[in-house]
Amino acid sequence: MVSRRVVTGALLAGSAGSIIAAPGTPPTTPLAALPGKKPLLKRTFRPPNYETPLADLRTPHTRNDAFFVRYHLANIPDIDARAWRLQIGGESIGRPAALSLEDLKRGFERVSVTAVCQCSGNRRGLVTPRVPGVQWGYGAMGNARWTGVRLRDVLREAGLRAGAVEVAFDGADAAVLPTTPDFAKSLPIERALDEHVLIAFEMNGEPLPRWNGAPARLVVPGWTATYWVKHLADIRVEPRPFDGFWMKSAYRVPAGLFPAAPFPGQATRQTVPITEIVVNSLVTSHVDGDRLARGAPAILHGWAWDGGSGIAAVEVSLDGGHSWRDAALGEDMGPYSWRGFQWPLDTRQAGPIEAAVRARARNGAVQPDTLVANPAGYHHNVIQELALEVL
Amino acid sequence: MKRLALVLCISGLALGAGVSFAGEEAIVLRDAPGRDLTLARCAICHSVDYIETNAPVLDRAGWEKTIRKMIDRYGAPISDADAREILDYLGAQYSATR
Repeated sequence: MVSRRVVTGALLAGSAGSIIAAPGTPPTTPLAALPGKKPLLKRTFRPPNYETPLADLRTPHTRNDAFFVRYHLANIPDIDARAWRLQIGGESIGRPAALSLEDLKRGFERVSVTAVCQCSGNRRGLVTPRVPGVQWGYGAMGNARWTGVRLRDVLREAGLRAGAVEVAFDGADAAVLPTTPDFAKSLPIERALDEHVLIAFEMNGEPLPRWNGAPARLVVPGWTATYWVKHLADIRVEPRPFDGFWMKSAYRVPAGLFPAAPFPGQATRQTVPITEIVVNSLVTSHVDGDRLARGAPAILHGWAWDGGSGIAAVEVSLDGGHSWRDAALGEDMGPYSWRGFQWPLDTRQAGPIEAAVRARARNGAVQPDTLVANPAGYHHNVIQELALEVL
Repeated sequence: MKRLALVLCISGLALGAGVSFAGEEAIVLRDAPGRDLTLARCAICHSVDYIETNAPVLDRAGWEKTIRKMIDRYGAPISDADAREILDYLGAQYSATR
């Protein structure tokens, strides 16, 4: 199953004279295919962690069979969608329910949202000095059209009571050992009741792939993928903060380091849960070190996204970050989607091009030129730099 | 789901918990004292490419911290004596400062 071909992730070597800090390089890893998936960059076999290659990140919607896969725990059931039930309960629910997939589809308005699903630790493999964890390159992310029902509609139908503080989500995947904390996450009630938060059962018009959460997963547009609980089994609404390892001890960042939606019930003075995706961009047309044919048309293009304010501008520098100009933006597919950009490169003269790209969000946030270091290597959004050469 | 996990663990089937992890059997850890124990303990919960992928990141002190994390936070069934043997193996064979 493992291709012997070793694939090199896009490498980012800093170039001389640049004012942008030289980032690290993502480790190489073989391609391998999970059942139902095309060969992806295999980071770990079990639990399965597979990254989308750059070549599969060039379409507006990332293909289901190329979408990245991320699990913490290795007992992953292959769920019979007909037998599946979603439990809705907790102290703040007046009418506990066990809903089938048909119940969801028939009982509630069907809605869709196009949104980036991005692992908190995407690009961890580029962080210097390096930090432990899955050594992701650029592809622990993708953009898809998610379809399902609003979480808030389901909670209200189940008799949501006043005084609710958090909603906790548990998936059917589990640890190998009973001593390992089960993967469960929570959202503050305010966010859980946002109209864009979905219990999704379709991805790009197809049923969710097994490895992306079948038969239904949570979709929390704008927030990192740790909250997008797969194989949803149990939703509990409580008048108190959820107490679980994956909220209290994992997926946390130093308090005040990243401006983002607050999570008061889970914050301490030292650390807060990671929440919103930070502004970012990715060049998909070229990789660092690419050589361009003199006189041949070449267009630098890729995507930019943030946590839901939307992309205001994407700027391109061709002199290592000294001067910047606005790239042309593509179709606006909604604030939670990524947005395309393009910049035609001048290839009339031979020589180096020190290209760099930075996105600016509508909330004013701009990609930084140095890494915002944090212990777990989250939120890597350093300006991407590519040393190109016209020959 | 915890009951299923327990059954898998007790019956020793953890390594074959799913058909979906084909490929990991091809990973061969370096032959040195402690390898068999390392494989026996670590591979209960995860494929050992986790070791390879973190080798450039962790030195001996980093491995010690990681092993303690596996025991204290993730409940890995590793005795103190076994933890020392695994640390000696990983520190010598899969350390950034090797």
